[in-house]
Amino acid sequence: MTTDDARRPSFWRRFLGFAREIWGVMRRPSAIFSLGVLVLSGFVAGIIFWGGFNTALELTNTEAFCVSCHEMRDNVFQELKTTVHYTNRSGVRARCPDCHVPHNWTDKIARKMQASKEVWGKIFGTINTREKFLDHRLILAEHEWARMKANDSLECRNCHSAESMDITRQSPRAAEAHQRFLFTGEKTCIDCHKGIAHHLPDMSNVPGWQ
Amino acid sequence: MTSKLRLTIAAALMAAFSTVALAQSFSALRGSTPLNEETTPPPLTPEMNTSVREPRSYPEQPPVIPHSIEGYEVSRRANKCLSCHARTRIQESQAPMISVTHFFDRDGQTLASVSPRRYFCTECHVPQHNVRPPVENDFVDIDTLLKVKGPDSGARR
Ligand code: HEC
Ligand code: HEC
Ligand code: HEC
Ligand code: HEC
Ligand code: HEC
Ligand code: HEC
Repeated sequence: MTTDDARRPSFWRRFLGFAREIWGVMRRPSAIFSLGVLVLSGFVAGIIFWGGFNTALELTNTEAFCVSCHEMRDNVFQELKTTVHYTNRSGVRARCPDCHVPHNWTDKIARKMQASKEVWGKIFGTINTREKFLDHRLILAEHEWARMKANDSLECRNCHSAESMDITRQSPRAAEAHQRFLFTGEKTCIDCHKGIAHHLPDMSNVPGWQ
Repeated sequence: MTSKLRLTIAAALMAAFSTVALAQSFSALRGSTPLNEETTPPPLTPEMNTSVREPRSYPEQPPVIPHSIEGYEVSRRANKCLSCHARTRIQESQAPMISVTHFFDRDGQTLASVSPRRYFCTECHVPQHNVRPPVENDFVDIDTLLKVKGPDSGARR
């Protein structure tokens, strides 16, 4: 190992020099630590940062986190409890993040950025009473429908896949509808299955509900 | 005692006895459990989902629903039934359209869409469960009735 200390331009102004210095440090072989130690510590730091980031995301990705807000707990969560996605014969449950946060890193972060808007909602109290929630509900639902329409109902398909559907085991109406519109790609789950997890908003201006 | 009072007492006694008689003959739902105890209700059965339309007992009967309606919302805000049974929806759903009587208001005027008095579908239409009825139904429909040869069957014609 060698040192390049003598070549350092110590006369530069501080703010310019700093950047330069960092760059220098990056390119320059270390005088004190061995390459092995450096690689290892970089690795460890990476794990800690990534892990911490990951943990933070995982924490905000639980149902307990969602229902920690009364807006979520008193409205949508109560309604979810009566549906097939909360209790059913197979005992498999869908939780809020299963349907509302994609299990995919890039999508996940994009979604988290959008979610900062919710914190504003909390501060400004857009839906802090049942009445306000009901007045606002169509707008919120439309956001979700648009999102699911755009990603071809990705969240639903994480659990239900069209490829694994055995229509001979489905009810006649389901088999018929899926064959005509789902397998042909004409429609996606959310086109036909609105309101499967919560009560519906006022549907009088939603196409297909008159 | 006046005859009026006597009549009243007689009527009251008759009412009392007939209630007892009713309670006995309609005990099938609660079985032999005494009135002051709670029965264990039988487990709920799944709604039938055959999609095969059931016969109607008389022409004005609201047809029973041959499919499951579990989780279908019918409220002031949304009507899941109409998303399949409305006039504009039947091409996609292949469901029978709500008949024209569903468009009539109580004065017989035909409205543009379903009449408010026909909006809450499950007031009249009900899904079916595969259960043995605790009280047998001895309803006889008109065709069966017309075939019965009573002593006065000649006089009827
Ligand atoms: C800080 C309290 C709070 C928490 C925690 C919270 N929400 Fe919300 N959520 C809100 C508020 C307030 C709104 C309404 C935002 C608005 O007015 O646009 C909202 C709106 C929504 C919407 C409608 C989205 C839209 O685009 O309009 C969905 C879906 C949702 N939340 C799901 C979730 C899920 C899933 C979680 C857990 C991962 C969660 N929320 C956690 C307060 C919260
Ligand atoms: C976490 C996995 C999961 C996700 C995500 C999920 N589901 Fe389900 N879904 C289930 C399970 C489990 C059942 C119940 C299966 C049974 O009958 O036992 C079910 C049942 C259903 C049913 C049948 C309802 C009934 O009455 O029989 C429909 C329709 C449905 N899901 C649609 C959807 C749609 C649409 C989405 C997306 C918005 C979705 N699911 C997302 C797991 C999931
Ligand atoms: C063209 C409309 C349509 C589309 C698109 C559609 N479904 Fe369905 N689905 C139906 C109908 C109609 C039924 C039967 C009635 C009901 O369950 O309300 C049904 C029933 C189901 C059932 C219950 C099965 C049964 O035997 O009753 C599941 C689970 C389901 N759908 C999941 C999905 C998923 C997941 C998607 C997307 C991959 C999807 N559906 C897309 C119309 C559709
Ligand atoms: C099976 C999938 C599923 C699960 C599980 C689920 N949701 Fe939803 N959620 C939806 C769909 C689909 C919509 C779009 C509106 C609709 O069709 O009802 C929606 C809409 C919403 C909305 C917008 C307001 C509304 O009701 O339309 C909020 C807020 C929301 N969900 C929060 C939650 C929270 C919180 C949980 C967990 C307690 C949860 N959701 C669990 C599928 C789900
Ligand atoms: C997904 C579409 C769909 C929905 C939602 C739906 N139905 Fe149906 N319904 C049908 C179809 C299709 C038939 C024809 C028989 C079959 O395939 O099940 C039918 C048949 C019927 C019949 C029998 C008609 C006859 O002449 O025998 C009645 C009654 C009925 N539905 C009432 C309802 C009610 C009430 C609701 C709401 C609680 C409802 N339906 C929701 C599709 C639907
Ligand atoms: C006040 C009682 C009542 C209500 C409420 C009602 N119906 Fe009916 N329905 C009837 C009767 C009676 C018939 C059979 C005679 C007729 O067609 O009028 C019928 C017939 C039907 C038929 C069969 C039509 C055909 O041509 O075979 C369908 C489908 C139907 N109803 C669906 C619905 C739906 C969907 C709703 C809710 C929007 C609804 N009904 C509300 C009483 C009612």
